Amino acid sequence: MYAYDTLDRTFVAQRTAQFREQVRRRLANELSEDEFKPLRLRNGLYLQLHAYMLRVAIPYGLVSADQLRALARIARRYDRGYGHFTTRQNIQFNWISLKDAPDILNDLAAVEMHAVQTSGNCIRNITTDQFAGVAADEIEDPRPWAEIIRQWSTNHPEFSFLPRKFKVAVTGSASDRSAMRVHDIGVRLVRGIDGAIGFEIWVGGGLGRTPMIAQLLRGFLPKEHLLGYLEAVLRVYNVEGRRDNLYKSRIKILVSTLGIERFRDLVEAEWTLTSGPGLRLETAGIARMQSHFRAPPYADMPGRSREFEAKRLEDSAFARWAKANLFPHKQPGYAAVTISLKPIGGVPGDLTAAQMDAVASLADAYSLGEIRVTHRQNLVLAHVPQDRLHDLWRALDALDLATPNLSRATDIIACPGMDYCGLATARSIPVAQRLSERLAALDEQYDLDQLSINISGCVNSCSHHHVGHIGILGLEKGGAESYQVTLGGSSAEDAAVGRIIGPGFGAEDVVDAVETILITYLGQREDSERFLDTVRRVGQDPFRRALYKQP
Amino acid sequence: MPRRVITANRLIDGVVVWRDAAGRWREEIDRAAASDDDKTVARLLSGARTDEAAGVVIGPYEVEVEVEQNTASRRFLPTHLRERIRAGGPTVALH
Amino acid sequence: MQIIRLIEGQPATDIDVWTRIDDGEPLPEYAPTMVSLARWRSGRNDLVRRNVAVGVRLASHETLEGLAGDLERLDLIALDFPNLNDGRHFTTARLLRERHGYRGEIRATGQVLRDQLFAMARCGFDSFDLQAHQSAESAREAFSEISVVFQPAADGRTAAHAIRTGGAGAHFSAS
Ligand code: SF4
Repeated sequence: MYAYDTLDRTFVAQRTAQFREQVRRRLANELSEDEFKPLRLRNGLYLQLHAYMLRVAIPYGLVSADQLRALARIARRYDRGYGHFTTRQNIQFNWISLKDAPDILNDLAAVEMHAVQTSGNCIRNITTDQFAGVAADEIEDPRPWAEIIRQWSTNHPEFSFLPRKFKVAVTGSASDRSAMRVHDIGVRLVRGIDGAIGFEIWVGGGLGRTPMIAQLLRGFLPKEHLLGYLEAVLRVYNVEGRRDNLYKSRIKILVSTLGIERFRDLVEAEWTLTSGPGLRLETAGIARMQSHFRAPPYADMPGRSREFEAKRLEDSAFARWAKANLFPHKQPGYAAVTISLKPIGGVPGDLTAAQMDAVASLADAYSLGEIRVTHRQNLVLAHVPQDRLHDLWRALDALDLATPNLSRATDIIACPGMDYCGLATARSIPVAQRLSERLAALDEQYDLDQLSINISGCVNSCSHHHVGHIGILGLEKGGAESYQVTLGGSSAEDAAVGRIIGPGFGAEDVVDAVETILITYLGQREDSERFLDTVRRVGQDPFRRALYKQP
Repeated sequence: MPRRVITANRLIDGVVVWRDAAGRWREEIDRAAASDDDKTVARLLSGARTDEAAGVVIGPYEVEVEVEQNTASRRFLPTHLRERIRAGGPTVALH
Repeated sequence: MQIIRLIEGQPATDIDVWTRIDDGEPLPEYAPTMVSLARWRSGRNDLVRRNVAVGVRLASHETLEGLAGDLERLDLIALDFPNLNDGRHFTTARLLRERHGYRGEIRATGQVLRDQLFAMARCGFDSFDLQAHQSAESAREAFSEISVVFQPAADGRTAAHAIRTGGAGAHFSAS
């Protein structure tokens, strides 16, 4: 993974000192809240319902065992012993004091971490595929590119006060595990006609009040021009994006108002003038960056592990977990393991300090000391020898971290909602917990595979409910929680925004409603058709009839 | 008019606080000063705003409450869910 | 009024010599005169003929469109920040320096906060109307809090990636 050099260390140390001084000025009341808020936000600090919340950046979801242990220490020392992983591969601490924030940033800096630009109207953490460098269908490892973009965007002087937040995802595979098309910019590594590798650039995806799927901006961009081109897109957005209405200020609105052709013309015109030498990437620089992400020293092993096969036959619980939570590794004899952070009835994405320490030790013992965070709020140990999977599984099981439900009905994505979040209109977590408990049995009986249920506590859509196969949005109606349900969304390569099925459901009824939807699906599905395909084939009517008891 | 109390978050740690009759910020809602009189509420709020300007609390505002009174104690229950959660903490286990 | 000025990259407190003339107000005889873009457009010839330094201020929604040919005649361009969230003029300043090679003074006016000064300087601003309640001494420190930059901008600093590759492709000049 990327290792800091003196420049990175100096920057993070200076930035931490700068923030310490800003906090001092705020506490001395030399800065008003209005002046201080944009400063604390760009250092990841929000004021939530009960306390400050600190969002720590996990660049492209990659964290070392030592870093995870540092996060555990922070959870214990400054928080209440746990953290919450988000759909943008970051981690949030819910119970932070403003006065402690500079010390926490210091502790983070000691392990080459920070909270820079995890909030505010600037370029946010760069996200990517959790199986980067491991997936067999990968054209090229996206992480060096994510890191190149991360550095370029760090403290970018021109783009620190954008109309609104700006999110970038990079993927290197044909199957999109990074939700690239719901990002402001999606970057996809592709092979051009002459065989050279470059980028497809997508623009204008985003959720929130007006969900949109990104459109193709450029079919092929030579590698060396990545930053120049991004700078041109950002510049057009900085100048042309709306600033008069919070809900119309994302780049998606600009793109849809101008139309993709007109927007493209503006970007290309700007790029022609901008593509000077300063941002052109040199081959040596690219190679240098790629060397940080070289494949680790794998052992030579046969493609099929006899040990693994035998254990699968012996132990049905293990077999079940292996079926759901393993991803094929490009290196023979290895597997990528997903650790589900969705125990039945638990809080999606939460991990206690003790579990963090334990996962760090397991990463050291089984997976070259590295952990990844997925945009579905789970963790990945990416390099586990198949021979050792059974041992790992037993260790995970003892930690309550072996729920065999990846991409299944109970692998629910949920934001903190009104239990923590100051912007929420309804709670998310209790709904996720009740759903998980209800659907566990249904899943066991009917195999509810490849299903994504996403629950957001307000229109900000942090849980990407619009692109959940089943999306749930919590609203307030007449003083009570009301949940609007959408069907047919997807964040993968077949990205689509789900459609609202009908009037919302009360907090008591929404679990029944989802169950009704799934039972209707079971009645309609052909063979092993996934839920999304059934919805696409039969449309909303059968579900609507079942839900609203229409004839 | 419904009964109201004044709340804010404390600047230094973000903790939810409620303003009492003596103008102190308390962590327990039951210690708050409550009133159904507009003038009294306005006076409480203006004191709170002074504290905001001085950098003691952030964003003070009024919260509607119901009062549960019995011989031993007096308890306030905000009418809105959001404020009930602020007063009582998350409705889910914290691990 | 006091302003902060960068002289050879070093911040100093300075006296503001510019007179800001509102639309409709008569022009002063000798003082360097700062006018709105509209006034510049309508009274351009009069303003140029006077042989007194002229500056133009742009509101946050105004761009350099139609002004590029006039830049040589302008000693100052003041870019206004109506609030802390409107970052359009960060782009305007870079375009002035890097695309148009403007060498006159670029001033930040309006809601100029101490903690934005460094970014402004990187984009090519070299004078700053600091808001009255902010300490000038503290503001001067704002320019040296961060010494590492990760992208080229109008200030000619070498970005980290260029330092790492030994300066190959690192050269970037502001002209
Ligand atoms: S979706 Fe809304 S409630 Fe949920 S975390 Fe985001 S802002 Fe908060």
